[in-house]
Amino acid sequence: MLARLPARLRRALPVAVAVVVAVTGAVVWVAWPDSPAYTTEDATVTVRSGPNGNEPIELDTTLYLPADADGPVPAVLLAHGFGGTKRSVAGDAEDLAGLGYAVLAYTARGFGRSGGQIHLDNPDYEVRDAQRLLDWLAARPEISKDAPSDPKVGVVGGSYGGALALLLAAQDPRVDAIVPMITWNDLSRSFLPQSIGRDDIDGVFKKGWAGYFFGGTTGDPTCGRFAPDVCQAYLAMATTGRATSEAVELLRRSSPAPVLDQIKAPTLLIQGEADSLFPLSEADANARGIAATGTPVRVAWFTGGHDGGEGPASDRDRMRFLTAQWLDHYVKGEGDAPSNSFTWSRVAGFNALDRGLVTNGFSVDRYPGLGGTATQQVTLSGPPQMIANPPGGNPAAISTLPGAGALGSVASAAGVAVDLPGQHTHFESEPLDAAIDVAGAPTVSIRAASATGEAVVFVKLYDVDANGTATLPSGLIAPVRLTGLPATIAEAQPIMVTLPAIVRRIEAGHTLRVSVATSDQGYATPVEPAVYTVALGTGDTVTLPIVEGAEPIATTAALWRWVLAALLAAVALALLVVVLIARRRHRRTDTSVHEEYADTPLVVKHLRKEYADGFVAVSDVDFTVERGQVVGLLGPNGAGKTTTLRVLMGLTQPSGGEIFVFGHRLVPGSPVLSRLGALVEGPGFLPHINGTDNLKAYWQATGRPLADAHFDEAVDIAGLGDSIHRKVRKYSHGMKQRLAIAQAMLGLPELLVLDEPTDGLDPPQIAEMRRVLKRYATDGRAVLVSSHLLAEVEQTCTHAVVVNKGEIVASGQVDEIVGDSPTVQFDVTDVDAAEAVLDRLDGVRSVAWDGNGGLVVDIDGSPRSEVVAELVRAGVGVNRVVPRRRLEDAFLALVGSETRGSGDR
Amino acid sequence: MAVLDGAATGYRPGRTLTIRSEWRRQASRRRTQLALAFMVLLPLVILAAFQFGGTGDDDNGGGEFSNLIELATSGGLNFTLFTLFVSAGFLLTVVVALFCGDTIASEASWGSLRYLLAVPVPRARLLAVKLVVALAYSAVALLTLAGTALLIGTLRYGWGPLRSTVAADIPAGEGLLRLLGILGYLAVGLLVVAGLAFLLSVSTDAPLGAVGGAVLLFIVSSILDQITALGGPRNLLPTHYSDAWLGILSTPVQSDDIVKGTISAVAYATIFWSLAFWRFTRKDVVS
Repeated sequence: MLARLPARLRRALPVAVAVVVAVTGAVVWVAWPDSPAYTTEDATVTVRSGPNGNEPIELDTTLYLPADADGPVPAVLLAHGFGGTKRSVAGDAEDLAGLGYAVLAYTARGFGRSGGQIHLDNPDYEVRDAQRLLDWLAARPEISKDAPSDPKVGVVGGSYGGALALLLAAQDPRVDAIVPMITWNDLSRSFLPQSIGRDDIDGVFKKGWAGYFFGGTTGDPTCGRFAPDVCQAYLAMATTGRATSEAVELLRRSSPAPVLDQIKAPTLLIQGEADSLFPLSEADANARGIAATGTPVRVAWFTGGHDGGEGPASDRDRMRFLTAQWLDHYVKGEGDAPSNSFTWSRVAGFNALDRGLVTNGFSVDRYPGLGGTATQQVTLSGPPQMIANPPGGNPAAISTLPGAGALGSVASAAGVAVDLPGQHTHFESEPLDAAIDVAGAPTVSIRAASATGEAVVFVKLYDVDANGTATLPSGLIAPVRLTGLPATIAEAQPIMVTLPAIVRRIEAGHTLRVSVATSDQGYATPVEPAVYTVALGTGDTVTLPIVEGAEPIATTAALWRWVLAALLAAVALALLVVVLIARRRHRRTDTSVHEEYADTPLVVKHLRKEYADGFVAVSDVDFTVERGQVVGLLGPNGAGKTTTLRVLMGLTQPSGGEIFVFGHRLVPGSPVLSRLGALVEGPGFLPHINGTDNLKAYWQATGRPLADAHFDEAVDIAGLGDSIHRKVRKYSHGMKQRLAIAQAMLGLPELLVLDEPTDGLDPPQIAEMRRVLKRYATDGRAVLVSSHLLAEVEQTCTHAVVVNKGEIVASGQVDEIVGDSPTVQFDVTDVDAAEAVLDRLDGVRSVAWDGNGGLVVDIDGSPRSEVVAELVRAGVGVNRVVPRRRLEDAFLALVGSETRGSGDR
Repeated sequence: MAVLDGAATGYRPGRTLTIRSEWRRQASRRRTQLALAFMVLLPLVILAAFQFGGTGDDDNGGGEFSNLIELATSGGLNFTLFTLFVSAGFLLTVVVALFCGDTIASEASWGSLRYLLAVPVPRARLLAVKLVVALAYSAVALLTLAGTALLIGTLRYGWGPLRSTVAADIPAGEGLLRLLGILGYLAVGLLVVAGLAFLLSVSTDAPLGAVGGAVLLFIVSSILDQITALGGPRNLLPTHYSDAWLGILSTPVQSDDIVKGTISAVAYATIFWSLAFWRFTRKDVVS
């Protein structure tokens, strides 16, 4: 089967198979499902909780167990964010299970398939549920334990789950470590923020975020799955836009703030920089509260958050590393104690390839808080201005889009912030001389006056570039409710406003703009219209915290730079080695002159050429071209003439045998080729330039002096007249052929090799060509002409070599070969009669028809006159008697009986 | 008369087919002239389109970088940037593939390759000279395009900072440096096409096959790169980092992907060129 395929295909087959295997392998490698490193176990766990610990509810749980565990493993209780279920943390659970932890993911009460109502991480409900789950873990044999009912366990969770981790650690000493992420310290402050240090009861209701969460549940048309007290608190605040003391009380009960001193579990706090719900200040408050009792605390910031999503891959990797390190040391008991260093990252721009954010990570050896390690003052200016509070809070300025998630990350970085004319005022700085890397909460002092004595304003810090494009970093604003204000600005007292903590590089040439606005879509503002006057307070400055000694966190980027440098060096080195090896090999090549042939233009010995597909074009060819000779290489089409000449020109590698040109062994590119002029397989010219330019371009490529070219002689030989100035594209075949012969003769090479030189020439030109070639061979030069035309070789050459089927069949002087021949051609009147007569004659060895009404007769030396006399005697008329020559005989003997070329062997 | 190696008087392997003579050989060709002329023409066409055409509202799929189009008329630097932006994906690929893919294959198709080899021009030298000249023409094309765009853009829209919304305005002086950086990265990225086209050029006698093949494979690679589901292996595609030059526009310059893209381009080009040399110095020239 295979053997019947064409040779080319047969050779291509292994390559094709290899490609198919490689592609299949790659696809399989990509598509092959990773075998999970864990097993899962779903269970509905009934826990008893509530204020008296006797209210049973069912919790939907999944336990992930590492597959390759030998013996009990430490556990991680994994809590989800608000609105999620155990499924929304499946990715994290798989990660942690891969690290060797038994992970208990569960759906909190009020969500998904778990029962009960939402009490907002209430210590009697959600936190007690989690305590019962710790009991459940303690009962499992797969979990390692500190004491009989005390499992080795860490608690990890984001947002709603993060607060649960803090509250659980405060309530249950069995928790060994916690990693609360993007969560709150004080829920009442988070939903009722105000940035001048007053009570939450006076906070500005964050209606955007509150509505986003409250509206997101199903069940009861009014309250969904919220517990009645939570529902009432929300309805009261959302209706009036003001907090009630009950609501503040309820929210504070759900907050870690009051119980931070009871947390003994080492805490890794991860907070997002793009988070208008739980800003960096929440983690800061948690960190200070927990650290106050000596519990180890570490803080890390990343560029995501409730607005920014999970951040770019570099941030995610850093958080994953920090979490694993924290749990490994404090829960598993492996690895050194994590350092106390504080790491954060800053948005550097957009990734050109995936359009995501690019961030740079930094670290300092300890957490500096929101005030930074130092501050920088930037002077603001601007007169007192009047701003209007829109009735009903509409239209309102926009700072963030709650719930937009990852979409918000690009939006907040690029800035969606919109301020409305007439509703805001701003105070601006001069362009900065040098860039400032802000990391922390800036502060600014303002004064305000209001006819009603009250005002709700939003203070924002914009980064304004040289074109005037203002960016509100992370979309964060500082809501402020002011009371007891004077009616005129002259009497107003300065008020210190703490702006939200940001991480941003303010470039040199940018200005800072502090803007004070009366409305914001995300907040409930007074319904009544009012006009406020706002001015800068003391100092006229904004204070920017900076962190000194920040070290950039090394990334793989530096590694890639080394890889690039190494690659370039390797390429350069490899190039050098290749050049050196080539030089060395060149020096080692046999340049010795074969003395015997030193004066012989061409000696071909036992030449053999077998092509890659197994076809033997030349099997054994021997011949010599001496100075002064015109040698004809004669043979039918496909006899191996052209292949011989190709090898002779260094175009193909011989499979065996040797060629010597003036005693130098010939290999492709041998310098001795420069003494050889050639026309092989037709002319080859640049079609777009004229004949002269072609000859010049060719001679230029030889790099030899122009004087050696003998241009005029060559041009004369071409005999193209004015046509030599026409583009070669327009030449006839014969004209190109003549130009090619001229090109071969440029520099009057000592050996001229011409392949079918008369192809396309007309008879006078052929005659001229014969003269030229004969003349050329004088002066010690030599010519090798290949042809399949007998007459041409006979008339042009002094010597001839007859090849057929890749082998020499005759060689020698043309005169000798041609000589007198024993065969004669008779043209007779009656062929049949003549044949009969000739058959009878003693001297005649053979009679054959030549196909044209003639007979070819081998008379073996008998006088022709006698044969003619015999024929005439027999009454056969003889029109013509032509002696046949041996060259033709040899030729016909080889090819006459078979018109197929040997190429068809 | 004959020196030790038996060569004709005046023949030195190192003097055959000089870069100058090869440069002239290519310069006389219509395709060279047309390709370079088009590099001058394209900025003029874009300028005319801005002058007489309406404002398009498609964002070209560039996301945050789409504003390059809106900012194209804000100054000479931005006009140049826009010109590069629209030609980087396809036009420059075709031009480089043309210069590098056609160079050997066209000689083979004319039959002049065997006469060069019979001069004899050493094969490695022939390849090296052809490659250097093809790369030089590619560089000239790139510089002509950018130079023309910068010239007419500055004449028409003035000399101002380089603008983009991914970063702050870049002052004109530094903007010019960034533009040169972009040109440099584009040139490095095009080495892959140059390598592929050159490899095909020594493997076939059909110049169009070499040029078209290189462009085709480049397009296939670009299409595969669009399929995000392919995941990690996409990073190995030669075109994966072709847009990384956009990182030069941000402040500070994002060089991570540029470094990776350079590694990828250099590795691919080295492999392709090595194969081309390995193949050509061994093959039987039968054309």
